[in-house]
Amino acid sequence: MHNKSIKEIAKGLRCGDFSSVELTQLFLSRIKQHAQLNCYVTVTEELALKAARQADAKIAQGDTSLLTGIPIAQKDIFCTQGVKTSCGSKMLDNFIAPYNATVVEKLNAAGAVMLGKLNMDEFAMGSSNETSYYGPVKNPWHTNSVPGGSSGGSSAAVAARLSVCATGTDTGGSIRQPAAHCGITGLKPTYGRVSRFGMIAYASSLDQGGPMARSAEDTAILLQAMSGFDPKDSTSLDLPVPDYSAALDKDIKGLKIGLPKEFFGDGLNNDVALVIEKAIEEYKKLGAELKEVSMPNLKLAIPAYYVIAPAECSANLSRFDGVRFGHRCDNPQDLADLYTRSRGEGFGKEVKRRILMGTYALSAGYYDAYYLKAQKIRRLISDDFKKALSEVDVIMGPVAPTTAFGLGEKIDNPIEMYLSDIYTIAINLAGLPAMSLPIGFSEGKPVGLQIIGDYFAEDRLLNIAHQYQMVSDWHRQIPKGFE
Amino acid sequence: MVLTADDVKKIAYLARLGIDHQDIESYARDLSNMLDLMKQMGETDTGGVLPMAHPMDQIQRLRVDDVTETNNRDNFQKIAPLVEDGLYLVPKVIE
Repeated sequence: MHNKSIKEIAKGLRCGDFSSVELTQLFLSRIKQHAQLNCYVTVTEELALKAARQADAKIAQGDTSLLTGIPIAQKDIFCTQGVKTSCGSKMLDNFIAPYNATVVEKLNAAGAVMLGKLNMDEFAMGSSNETSYYGPVKNPWHTNSVPGGSSGGSSAAVAARLSVCATGTDTGGSIRQPAAHCGITGLKPTYGRVSRFGMIAYASSLDQGGPMARSAEDTAILLQAMSGFDPKDSTSLDLPVPDYSAALDKDIKGLKIGLPKEFFGDGLNNDVALVIEKAIEEYKKLGAELKEVSMPNLKLAIPAYYVIAPAECSANLSRFDGVRFGHRCDNPQDLADLYTRSRGEGFGKEVKRRILMGTYALSAGYYDAYYLKAQKIRRLISDDFKKALSEVDVIMGPVAPTTAFGLGEKIDNPIEMYLSDIYTIAINLAGLPAMSLPIGFSEGKPVGLQIIGDYFAEDRLLNIAHQYQMVSDWHRQIPKGFE
Repeated sequence: MVLTADDVKKIAYLARLGIDHQDIESYARDLSNMLDLMKQMGETDTGGVLPMAHPMDQIQRLRVDDVTETNNRDNFQKIAPLVEDGLYLVPKVIE
């Protein structure tokens, strides 16, 4: 039952093969059974069973929403009314959100059953899920390895069948990289496609929520429910949302795939490169044409990102001051002490590092040299993509230079951790949609393929991923012990 | 660019961020390494390039000036560390 796709479950619920309550109970018991993976920060058992009972009643009355009664889980960055929303931080360990994020409202309205809140890197800052106040998540394929981050709880939970699908957020690769490391499918939508209202802000000009699931088909269904204009988000774009599932079956004969030579140079693990080459060969068999493209400014993406993201984070995280919500230190001597100690006690080391970096970059005399310069570099990177995407339909390449690395392997070397984001970060700077899909293994660990498309081409990306999944079964592989 | 321990203390003060004394050296080292990484940006000519703040260069959308929210004060203050009579309490600022 827990290996079924959303469509299969929807059918099973309507044929009376099983109820949403039974399905929800199964997932709740699997979550308990595999608690050592540390995927969930909060399990909302009672709320889930209540929602499942309501879903069963709705289905009995003829409800047709595909997500009705489907167990899902929310990354703990999305505010959930009445439920702890920690963002992976001690700062928000006591924070019961007073309202729902728009994404949560939309998924509730679609009838989905929320199982709980998923572990993540603190305030989404990290690539390994090791910066979480609640401890690291383990990769179900290799429990000594990281699941990726920052949406590591989401990717591990979907891979281990502890949820049918999950939400994630992606500021520099936080959906795609964990999806790749855990062998699942994840999509970062175009900036502005999915509402950021109620999604705790890290770097507002880059943050974007998106779906994480086992297949492109499930991803399309979840994205459909998450997308759309939201007047509560001033950066949300008022454009119609296409039918993502309708586009899946289109033939991809004649598809022009761009391969940036900068994506396949030094730094990419040989084994990972071979797996990617094989997947691209498969696309050739499906009728695609290959073309080399160039991203001359790609190497500048990491320095530009590590100015822009920390600068925006230092501003966004100034709201955590120990006054209105969140952690407050004991016995503050004065107001400055209240701010300084509450923040000092509430934030972990990686968050502090980025606040310091951002504060420095925005401090008097440095703004032009860092933030403004980085925004100009951002334009150059975006122009590189525009040029490439005028020559080809999509760009393909690796998601990460290696498969999932070992727990503890990079945590003491932040720069090395930052460099591992090289293939994902540039896409956030440009604001483009991109996805990761499972295409094989290297030494028992999953490898992901990244597909990058033009603005609002999510339907095309899903179509291209789905066509591959029709002729491969990598997305159906189950980690040992989680069958 | 090398940041010293004093630089780190000054930045932490600007951010009103408490940092552990024993971590200061490692922050100085990490931030210096990050600044080294950023040096590459300076080597690229960006003359005449417009800074990019929004991927679609969208301007700030405005809405009609109507009241759309209801008063949620009690609800929001339920999760506050310290309140009294609808006010958030902080240590005395003015003697």
